[in-house]
Amino acid sequence: MGGTPLPANVKLIDENGRRMDGRLPEEMRPLTIEAGVLKRADGSAYVEWGNNKVMAAVYGPRECHPRHLQNPERALVQCTYNMASFSVDERKRPGPDRRSHEISKIISEALTNVVFTEYFPRTSIDVYIEVLQANAGTRCAGLTAASVALADAGIPMRDLVASCAAGKVADTVVVDLNKEEDNFGQADIPVGFVPRTNEIVLLQMDGDLTHEQFNKGLHMAVDACKKVYEIQRDALKRRYSARSVDVEALAPIAEGAIMREGL
Amino acid sequence: MGKDVVADLKRDYISKLLAKGVRVDGRKFEEMRPLTITVDYIKSAEGSARVQLGDTQVVVGIKIDKGEPFADTPNSGVLTTNAELIPMASETFESGPPDEVSIEVARVVDRGIREGHAVDLSKMVIEPGKAVWIMFVDVHVIDYDGNLFDAANIAANAAFKTTIIRGSKAGMSEDQPLPVQHQPISVTAVKIDGKILVDPTHDEERVADARLTVATLENGNLCAMQKGLNGAFTLDEVFKVVELSRRIGAEIRTRF
Amino acid sequence: MQSSDTKENAREIVVPGDLLAISSKKAGPGTYSEGGKIFASQLGIKTVRPDSISVVPLAGQYIPIVGDLIVGKIVDIGPSNWLVDINSPYPAPLHVNEVPWRVEFGETRKFMGVGDVVLIKVVGVDERRRISVSMQDHGLRKLTGGMIMEVSPSKVPRVIGKNGSMIQMLKNETSCRIYVGQNGRIWIDGELDNIVRAVQAIKMIEDESHALGLTEKVKEFLGSRPGTGV
Repeated sequence: MGGTPLPANVKLIDENGRRMDGRLPEEMRPLTIEAGVLKRADGSAYVEWGNNKVMAAVYGPRECHPRHLQNPERALVQCTYNMASFSVDERKRPGPDRRSHEISKIISEALTNVVFTEYFPRTSIDVYIEVLQANAGTRCAGLTAASVALADAGIPMRDLVASCAAGKVADTVVVDLNKEEDNFGQADIPVGFVPRTNEIVLLQMDGDLTHEQFNKGLHMAVDACKKVYEIQRDALKRRYSARSVDVEALAPIAEGAIMREGL
Repeated sequence: MGKDVVADLKRDYISKLLAKGVRVDGRKFEEMRPLTITVDYIKSAEGSARVQLGDTQVVVGIKIDKGEPFADTPNSGVLTTNAELIPMASETFESGPPDEVSIEVARVVDRGIREGHAVDLSKMVIEPGKAVWIMFVDVHVIDYDGNLFDAANIAANAAFKTTIIRGSKAGMSEDQPLPVQHQPISVTAVKIDGKILVDPTHDEERVADARLTVATLENGNLCAMQKGLNGAFTLDEVFKVVELSRRIGAEIRTRF
Repeated sequence: MQSSDTKENAREIVVPGDLLAISSKKAGPGTYSEGGKIFASQLGIKTVRPDSISVVPLAGQYIPIVGDLIVGKIVDIGPSNWLVDINSPYPAPLHVNEVPWRVEFGETRKFMGVGDVVLIKVVGVDERRRISVSMQDHGLRKLTGGMIMEVSPSKVPRVIGKNGSMIQMLKNETSCRIYVGQNGRIWIDGELDNIVRAVQAIKMIEDESHALGLTEKVKEFLGSRPGTGV
C-alpha cells in the first residue's frame, strides 16, 4: 500500500532474528477479545489485536433480505466487512469498495462452513464487521471476532473459526504481520482454521514464496490460530462467569429448559 | 418491519408513567442518561472520541488532510461532517448509501460545530488560496438507543480537544493542535403527551410527537436548531427546550 | 475409552466445538454427534442426563415448540388472518379460524389491529420451521393494559424458577398478573407502581441470572421498594 517509507535505522528482522517490534518470527501480537459488548445486536465481540481495533455484531437468524436470495433449505450467512473512514492513515471514503466486497465474501464462506444453517431455513444470519483502527491482519481479526459474535448470539455452530495470517519478511517466514511488515514484506497468507477438525476454511496468498516457505508459513499460521482459539473460548466463557458464580446456580435454567424439551 | 411496530399497550404504559412524572427508565423529564466519554481512542485518526450515552454508543474520528480551499473562501480551512448509521447498531439501520436519517444527523451535527465556530477555520490555512487543511468529522454509530444528535455532537467536541494536525501531511516539520475556540453543545428533547423529555431513548423517539435539538455556546447564545418528526411545538415549548439546552449544555461542557 | 461426563462436569459452561463426552448417549439439543463423540454446538451449560447429553443455551433465538404459550404483537393484517411477531425470524400467521370470534372475510380489522398484544399458543411447527398459532384455548386472548417487556428466551426458565418459585415470588411481592411467554415476551399488569417494580425485578433477573441466591436477592430488592399504590 505504500505510505511513509521505513526509517533507515529500522530493520524488519535484526541480527538476533527479532522483528521491528521485538517479536520472534513465531510470535503473535497481543490479542484481547470481549464478547457481548453491544446492547442491540443479538451477539457481538470486540477485538484488539496489536494496533487493530475491530468490532463484530450478529443479527439473526432473521428474515432474509434480499428476498430473492432466500434459501428454502437453509439460512444464508451474509457478512459485511467495512473499514471506518478514520481507521487508516489516509482517510478512506465511506462505503464499500472492491476489497471490502471480496473480504466480506470470503469471510461469509468461512463462517457458512461451521454454522448449522439447515436449522434455520429461509432466514439470513447477518454478520457485520467494522474495522475502527487498522494495522494489518484486519480480515483475520474480523473473522476471529465474527466467530465469537456468532457464538455469543447463540447460533448453533460445529466449532469457532480462528484466524491469523503468516507471511514472509526479509526472507524470513513470520506470523501475524503488522502494518510495516505487510507493506514492506514479501508475502501474506491469511488463514481461517477450524481447530476441532483441523480444517482450513479461509486461505489466501499473495507475494513470492517457495513451496517450503509456504508449507512452513501455513503451519505457523495454524499454530497461531490454535492460540487465537483459546482466547476466543475464554472470552465467551468470561461473558457468563463471575468470580462468585456457583455453577449450581445455573441449575434452574438447565432444568426448566429440560422440562420443556421433554427429555 | 415488525420491529418498528410499538405495541399499543406499551405506548399507553409510557403515557401513564409520564402522567405520574416518571419515564420508563426511571429518569426525570429533564435528566440525561449516564454519559461516558473516552478521548484519543483511535490512533489512526488525528483525533477521536468514543461516547456512551445510555445504551447509545458512537465513535467520532477526525481526519485532517491537506487540500484545496473552496473558491469562495480561499483563506479558510474546510470542515465536512459525515455520519454512518451502520446496520450493526440497530436492526432498523440498513446498509447502503446514507439515507435521509443519517444525512440529517450529519448535517445537524455539522451545523452545530460550524455555526458555533468550534474550530477556527481561518487558522487552518497552509498557503492562502492554494492549500488548506481539510477536516473530516466522521461519526460512526455502533450501538443505537436514541438521541444520535447529542451523542455525536458530544463526541465531536470531545475529539476536537485532543486533535493534532500532523504537519508531515503538508511537508511541514511541526504538528499543531487543532485551533479549538468554542464548544457548541447540543441538547435534544422530544414531546410526548405535551411533556418535554430530554435525551430520548429509542422507544421514546418512536412514540414522540415532535423533537427539537438546540445547540448552545459557553455564553448561552444559540447557534443551531433543528425540529423533527411530524408533530408541532407551541412557542412556550420551544422556549422551554431552549432554556433546558442552555442549562444542560453548560453541565455537559464541564465534563471535558 | 473414558467417559468424560462425570458429575463434577455436569454444569460447566461450554463453547461450540467443545467435546462433551465420548459416549453412545443421545445427543440432545445444543449438541451434535460425530464418530461416537458428542460436541457442543451452542454457548451454554452442559447438562448430563441418564440417557442423553445436551447444552442449555445461554443465548439464542426463540425456537417454537408445539404447546408453547407465547406473547405476540400484531404487525400486519390481511383479510383472513393477522400477522403476529413472536420474536422468531418470521412472523406467524393467526388465521380467522383460530380465534374465538366469528370473523367474516375482510372484517379482521374490526377485531384486532396492528399494535395489539396477544396471548396465544403454538399449535404447529412444520419441517420448514413454519409456525402456526392459535387463540382458541382457555385463557388465550388479546391482552389490554399493563406493559410488555422482552428478555432473552434462554432466560425464561430463570424468570419462572425451579417449580415456578421465582415467578410466584414476583407475583406475590408485586400483586401483579404476570404471563411469561416462552418466546421471551412478558406481560405484566397491576397498579402502575407495582408494574414498574416488576419490570425492574425482571431486568435484574435477566442481568444476574447466574448469581447465587438470586430469588432471595430479588425478593429483597422488591421488599425495599414497596409499591405506594399512587
